[in-house]
Amino acid sequence: MAETLTVYVNGRAIAVPAGSTAAVAVLLAGNVYRTSVSGEPRAPLCGMGTCFECRMEINGVPQLRSCQVLCEPKMEINLRG
Amino acid sequence: MDKIAQVQCDIAVVGGGPAGIAAAVTVAESGGKVVVIDDNARAGGQIWRGGGAVKGQPREAACWFERLSKSGVQVLSGARVFHAQAGILEAETDRSLLQIRFGKLIVAAGAREIFLPFPGWTTPNVFGAGGLQALAKSGLPVAEKRVVVAGTGPLLLAVAAYLTEHGASVACICEQARLSDLLNFGALMFRFPKKFAEAIRFRVKTRHTSYWTESHVIAAIGKDRLEAVRVSQRGHARDIPCDYLAYGYHLAPNTEVAQMLGCSVREGFVQVDECQQTTEAGIYCAGEPTGIGGVELALLEGQIAGHAAAGDADSAKALFPARARYRKFVRAMKETFSLRPELAALATDDILLCRCEDVTVGNARKHDSWKSAKLHTRCGMGPCQGRVCGTAAAFLFGWNIESQRPPVFPARCSSLAAMSSFAAGRQINGGPQ
Repeated sequence: MAETLTVYVNGRAIAVPAGSTAAVAVLLAGNVYRTSVSGEPRAPLCGMGTCFECRMEINGVPQLRSCQVLCEPKMEINLRG
Repeated sequence: MDKIAQVQCDIAVVGGGPAGIAAAVTVAESGGKVVVIDDNARAGGQIWRGGGAVKGQPREAACWFERLSKSGVQVLSGARVFHAQAGILEAETDRSLLQIRFGKLIVAAGAREIFLPFPGWTTPNVFGAGGLQALAKSGLPVAEKRVVVAGTGPLLLAVAAYLTEHGASVACICEQARLSDLLNFGALMFRFPKKFAEAIRFRVKTRHTSYWTESHVIAAIGKDRLEAVRVSQRGHARDIPCDYLAYGYHLAPNTEVAQMLGCSVREGFVQVDECQQTTEAGIYCAGEPTGIGGVELALLEGQIAGHAAAGDADSAKALFPARARYRKFVRAMKETFSLRPELAALATDDILLCRCEDVTVGNARKHDSWKSAKLHTRCGMGPCQGRVCGTAAAFLFGWNIESQRPPVFPARCSSLAAMSSFAAGRQINGGPQ
């Protein structure tokens, strides 16, 4: 089994494989969806930084594309708005 | 206030995929100071996503990563270029602003997947084909997941093979192209032993999965997350239960940075001369932005651009025959994987076109141009800046979506403020295009 590290998605501890992106942590947390401007649940689409559907607040920095950010130990990933 | 870093180099390379790596290494090995600016966390682009740290990269990738690490090239990862003008690039990381002064520039910004709207396409767990592969390479476990792979292009088979290898159960591959066209494409592939062997390897890995031609997804079913997809298998509708859909309609080039610098674009692609130089002197372009041709062509174009930018015309010329050979794929892929008109009929008026601003197909369709739709509906005005819906609108409505203004990527206000003082006297255009 690959090495794992722990991050926090909306305060909940999630173990992810080392080298994972924050988007993977959010997908592993399950049922954590960003809400679109008309109230629809949204999850990552493009996986490579183009579509912005995966944006999250990461360690206090808002509106980051979680698919382009590597997880670090104890990283805090939160939905906002 | 963000940290501002000033960087100076002989040659700047935008994009750290195969074309960008090949270009940067080629210049650096001839002695120039090179900086690569790349949006991803690690160099490698999408095809070699994750870089040397990821297991199972092709041997060729490992060679280029080793040359890159020994070359002295400075790689600025996690940095997206939002503004460019003669001799200056401005890029942002999550914490800082980078101002890069360059002598010459090589744009190797790669491509993105084309996503066409269809009923249910905004449902969670509907991913891009390369998108799901990128997420899997970024740590997402896919073992025991039921996946449908659909769309068009050679990427579908590669993605299905990758997912199968990592334990997913791929229910079927739906390719919208015709069997006769695919057979012609296969005949061309046969003359390229390396590519042909790779395709055979992918098909052997996916031998338990049906490959349906003239077939496509017509709906994603599920409320809060995907439960099944409805596919048209040569006109017959059938529902296939699945956890993930991986779909994509081939690739669209990332031309924004080149366009902002005034480089001429024709039929969507950046125009280059035989040395990969654009219509702007000292600005070169390599890889997918000049034509979707795959990794071998990207590596050749990157090296030619690198040699030419470093002033070594003879070394550049030596690679022309190999490039000409691989350029055959550009046209062959364009013809084989051209989109069938019935795919446009899936985008009915009630479904969303713009996922950032939640604009429906019907509301966008009322307008006669991309500009008018943007001004009146906010279509394409959200954070992705039309990278998803603009590409779809070009296919659905035949609109020209080519105009670009800075910033070409969302940027923080502090970066825009620093930008204005950095290049004093230059006007910043805001507002809609």
